[in-house]
Amino acid sequence: MTDVTLSTEYQAVADAATALKVRGYWRTVGQRLRYDHVTLLFALLIVTIALAAIFAPLVAPLDPLKTSMAYRLKPIGFRGFLLGTDELGRDVLSRLMYGGRMSLLMGLTPVALATMIGGTLGVVAGFLGGGINMLIMRTMDIFYAFPSVLLAVAISGTMGGGMSNGLIALTLVFIPPLCRIAETATTQVRNLDFVEAARASGAPTRSIIVHHILGNVLAPVLIYASSLISVAILLAAGLSFLGLGVEPPTPDWGLMLSTLRQAIYVQPYVCALPGLAIFITSLSFNLVSDGLRQAMDVRI
Amino acid sequence: MWFYTAQRILYAVPIAIGVTVICFCLIFLAPGDPIQMLLPPDASQQDVEYLKKLYGFDRPIPVQYLKWLMRAAAGDLGVSLQSSRPVLDEVSRALSNTVVISLGAVMLAFSLAFVLGTVAAYYVGRAIDRIVTCISVVGVSVPNYWLGIVLIIVFAVELGILPATGMGSKGSDNFSLRNWDQLQYAILPIVTMSMVPLGIIMRSTRSAVAEVLAQDFILTLRAKGLGELAVLRHCVRNALPQILAVMGLQFGYLVGGSILIETIFTWPGTGFLLSKAILTRDIPVLQGAILILALCFVATNLVVDLIQTAVDPRIKRA
Repeated sequence: MTDVTLSTEYQAVADAATALKVRGYWRTVGQRLRYDHVTLLFALLIVTIALAAIFAPLVAPLDPLKTSMAYRLKPIGFRGFLLGTDELGRDVLSRLMYGGRMSLLMGLTPVALATMIGGTLGVVAGFLGGGINMLIMRTMDIFYAFPSVLLAVAISGTMGGGMSNGLIALTLVFIPPLCRIAETATTQVRNLDFVEAARASGAPTRSIIVHHILGNVLAPVLIYASSLISVAILLAAGLSFLGLGVEPPTPDWGLMLSTLRQAIYVQPYVCALPGLAIFITSLSFNLVSDGLRQAMDVRI
Repeated sequence: MWFYTAQRILYAVPIAIGVTVICFCLIFLAPGDPIQMLLPPDASQQDVEYLKKLYGFDRPIPVQYLKWLMRAAAGDLGVSLQSSRPVLDEVSRALSNTVVISLGAVMLAFSLAFVLGTVAAYYVGRAIDRIVTCISVVGVSVPNYWLGIVLIIVFAVELGILPATGMGSKGSDNFSLRNWDQLQYAILPIVTMSMVPLGIIMRSTRSAVAEVLAQDFILTLRAKGLGELAVLRHCVRNALPQILAVMGLQFGYLVGGSILIETIFTWPGTGFLLSKAILTRDIPVLQGAILILALCFVATNLVVDLIQTAVDPRIKRA
């Protein structure tokens, strides 16, 4: 009997020791992020941009659609128009706020959809291996044969533009890389001992995937997906710059850049503003994604 | 070596076939009947029937695909709805213009990125490294179509020292970069285009050189008493194949993804052709240009891989 009490006491001491030393994974990540000021700053910037976009009807100083022939192409700071006016006399600041909705939507939705579809395909391919893996991964290789801009333009260009076609095109562009990341991670984990042990103790395939594989695949896939958001924003704005995005007069950064481009000799600085908004947003997402990757210690 | 080369070329064949399948399917993505896409809207019923038969749209889709593939392989990609010229002519004329600026951009990016990336790797963690890292993040985050507009604003509108758009009065015939009259039109597109590859090549140079610098043989070299420059030379030689591969890939991306920059600068390359084709719904040109660009991309990747194996024999074993 003494033996048992001793061993439980010993166990308790050992537990306490590990609890002291090893923080949970997510707490470590959080701790690292707390001291990463650059990442925090740009995360704050993203939140600000998102809030300005979501609450645009409340915070925008003027109606983004109200045109005025008298106040066409006014400079930055002209009488109540904080950032000037565009070629139809609409307030650029208000349009930028409303336009953020479209850009964030077009940046986040395709990546989210592609993460789900590509991630699932990749996990299935990696876990099952063999012929199914060949089929899925070789199909993805074909899509890799297109530069992403070309693929997006090819799909939405033939389908005829518009927001939903743009969403479909961007989702298709991002499925192959995410699928490949998920497949690599799954293949690495699949043959490890703990998966073997789970299988030996009779766990069904579905529960092995959900409980044992997914936890190891999720981090690299999510990190990679976060780095794609900035690409998606750039591509989406590029598509609407080419006239393949939303229909005018809906405010959208890419479309604003495209229409204001005609006025670079009249109001050069106002013309550069929508692009600046795209740049800042994409830069913020890039830096935050880099920071997250370092904090989560994922190598892709 | 020869075995690997043959293997790699064989591996590219199914991908190229897949590319043709996707390009063929594009026409079914277009809204409406493919025949309506090939004909102007005011075409007579007779023409519709004639074309349907000519293109074999009354046949099953796999047969249609094979016929299309045969014609494409023979160089017949259809006729542009706008200019009534063969699509192949249009695309190949434009392609040389795209290659000119893409090559210029990737060379500019490589020479800058190689030096800066190596310096950053050597002084890892120091101020210069931070600056280089910043430049590379900006390079990949900046919307290059916007950068193009900013450069036009600065150099063409405000300073007036470079032309804003176009390719000069002589157009694209015998375009030569040796002639300043023509070169000046290419400068802004090339600089704009080099931003993304600059960021990416810089990043991979930095990590490749840093990786080699951490290896044991560098310690040996230093222990033997080699100067730092000589050490760096050994290091760069080891990192170079990887960096060249990244550069080659970037060149492929530039040629394929030139649409936005060429639209900004109205540079008459494949990208500009594509964006015109999108605006006018010129599906044959769209399909043909995409097919040729994607095949070029596959070929570039193949060549890059083969060169990389030739330069770096270690890869063969992998």
